Amino acid sequence: MQIKVNGRKIKCDPKKTLLHILRERGIEIPTLCHQEGLEPQGRCRLCVVEVDGKLITTCDNYPQEGMKILTHTDKVIKSRRINAELLMPDHMAKCMIENKHHDLCKIIADLGITEVRFDPKKKYEVDLGASVIRDDNLCVNCGRCVDVCAEVQATWAIDFARRGHKEHVTPYFEHNLNDVACTKCGQCIAACPVGAISEREHLQEVYKVLKDETKHVIVQTAPSIRASLGEEFGMKPGTIVKGKMVAALRRCGFDKVFDTNLGADMTIMEEASEFLRRVKNNECLPMVTTCCPAWIKFMEHFYHDLIPHMSTCKSPHEMLGILTKTFYAKKAGINPKDITVVSVMPCTAKKFESVRPEMKSAVDYVLTTREAARLIRHFHVDFNNLKDENFDPALGISTGAGAIFGATGGVMEAALRTAYEFATGRTLRDINFEELRGMKGIKEGKIKIKGKEIRFAAANGLKNTRELMKRKDKYHFIEIMACPGGCIGGGGQPLPFSWEKIDKRIEAIYREDSHLPIRKSHDNPIVKQIYSEFLGKPLSEKAEKLLHTKYFKRSQF
Amino acid sequence: MLNELRKIQKKHGYVSEDSIKKLSKKTGIPVSIIYGVTTFYAKLHTKPTGKYIIEICDSPSCYLNGSLDIIKYLERKLDIKSGQTTQDKKFSLFIDSCIGCCDEAPAMLINGKPYTKLTKEKIDKILKKCKS
Repeated sequence: MQIKVNGRKIKCDPKKTLLHILRERGIEIPTLCHQEGLEPQGRCRLCVVEVDGKLITTCDNYPQEGMKILTHTDKVIKSRRINAELLMPDHMAKCMIENKHHDLCKIIADLGITEVRFDPKKKYEVDLGASVIRDDNLCVNCGRCVDVCAEVQATWAIDFARRGHKEHVTPYFEHNLNDVACTKCGQCIAACPVGAISEREHLQEVYKVLKDETKHVIVQTAPSIRASLGEEFGMKPGTIVKGKMVAALRRCGFDKVFDTNLGADMTIMEEASEFLRRVKNNECLPMVTTCCPAWIKFMEHFYHDLIPHMSTCKSPHEMLGILTKTFYAKKAGINPKDITVVSVMPCTAKKFESVRPEMKSAVDYVLTTREAARLIRHFHVDFNNLKDENFDPALGISTGAGAIFGATGGVMEAALRTAYEFATGRTLRDINFEELRGMKGIKEGKIKIKGKEIRFAAANGLKNTRELMKRKDKYHFIEIMACPGGCIGGGGQPLPFSWEKIDKRIEAIYREDSHLPIRKSHDNPIVKQIYSEFLGKPLSEKAEKLLHTKYFKRSQF
Repeated sequence: MLNELRKIQKKHGYVSEDSIKKLSKKTGIPVSIIYGVTTFYAKLHTKPTGKYIIEICDSPSCYLNGSLDIIKYLERKLDIKSGQTTQDKKFSLFIDSCIGCCDEAPAMLINGKPYTKLTKEKIDKILKKCKS
């Protein structure tokens, strides 16, 4: 099909939207409500172009033979400007303070708008959730959060209510997010082009403990942070910044920098052992992984009949948190009460997890990747020019198995590497489970362990999870990650969201795994030390007490 | 779903949180969506309503014929704001969009029955009749 764009003939695919076609040709069209992978909305009206004297939106229109499109006429610019001006008043004040990189800020700058002509609306109360904060006053009703929650996460925690100028996004009956079945995954934060939804900051609390001389402040970083933090400092997606990250956190004043990957290795030791026990006794199969706190909450709301099937293992950062306050505290001779553990996580649900009463405050504060970047900037650390440093060895040596926890399918792959060797006593020759890698929504495979065929599956995104749960009985072992791509695409990761970035970060994580000298959790010398000196063996009474947890039924609404 | 919501409203006078939950369980439609639909339509209410539901139109024809004055007058008379219910649970006042009585504007509905060509005197009479 042929169309004319600004007088030039171009060939195009009739199945692609005009927005897609124009962007492919390098013509930048501003839009707020469009997000790749979600249904087109045509809500924000910023992506208009002129066709035969009329303005049409490009995100939800398709080309027609001989169509003549003008992308930057006076009429188009005027329309885009007035729409942007009407959307901007509330946003400006927030962005002046926080200096965020929202889509709307860029659009305002590109359109050359320099003054605020309209009054802000300010009529809604801010919803201060445990993990996710929603400020309706900043919202421009683009609907991306609603779509992500429904189309990607199949949770439907929020939707539009009322209509006309009273239309706004809300959980049912104007409840707060805390009081409804919200998983706290934070995908709505990643989708929001104006910062109306954001994480509940723990930064001020962290600044305070860093100043407190009596506190021994420890920070741990999740597997996926090293593959994404660089983006906040202008590096290309997929740059591994492990060494710089450790150095920067030390400059911020943390006494020790530990590696959550070690926690991941511990999780694998416990989870693989638990799985083998269940296979041996043929009880409660399939076993489902529990590293993802958003999935846990989703399960407690919608699939609580699965509770006996859930592994009882805590998530890696909770395991490392409790080990820091027991094993490390004892070794270093520090009173656990004087230790503060801060986790840097790609995840907003971890904030909720850390305040669950059954976790007994093993982790005191959780920062998202974005907050960690803000922390580093707060202390004026020149991140890009730092020399690489290593994690503190006390709890800072980890394996490739821990590294791949950040990507969908990674936990399963790591667990299988260990489970196979535990069960058979033989070395697993090919430790790369290619069938578990990549961005596919549901991945599955099988492996023979001691003559028994073990079928496993991994899902990412909660909509895919609902699909997988329909046929769960086919499998022995299931891994669930709530966010697209796993933690690497978490709700706490650098903005804006894009699938391309997620791909690059995943590549980086597997590259990291393949370069590491130790790639199986049970070969980790620190893990061995923890068991020989402290816990005894996996699933010992002490390990059960410290590293395992339980789950609760919650309302489906 | 609309049919169900109308039935609920007819039975209880409004669509409560509990009835939305029940409907969600019955139909499998998430509560956030049901709430969205309920609030989209001006004729469905999410708060308990009084014996007489007054729905007054403020669409262009009525607006140009002075519906704003009538709304203010009603609010003063009943001592409530639009969207509220009187303390004796007798009257609820809502602002509605067009009710199809443009030729006899300004107009309102009380429990579905139209009252047209409204004036302050007419309002006094109607309210008096309802109260007695």
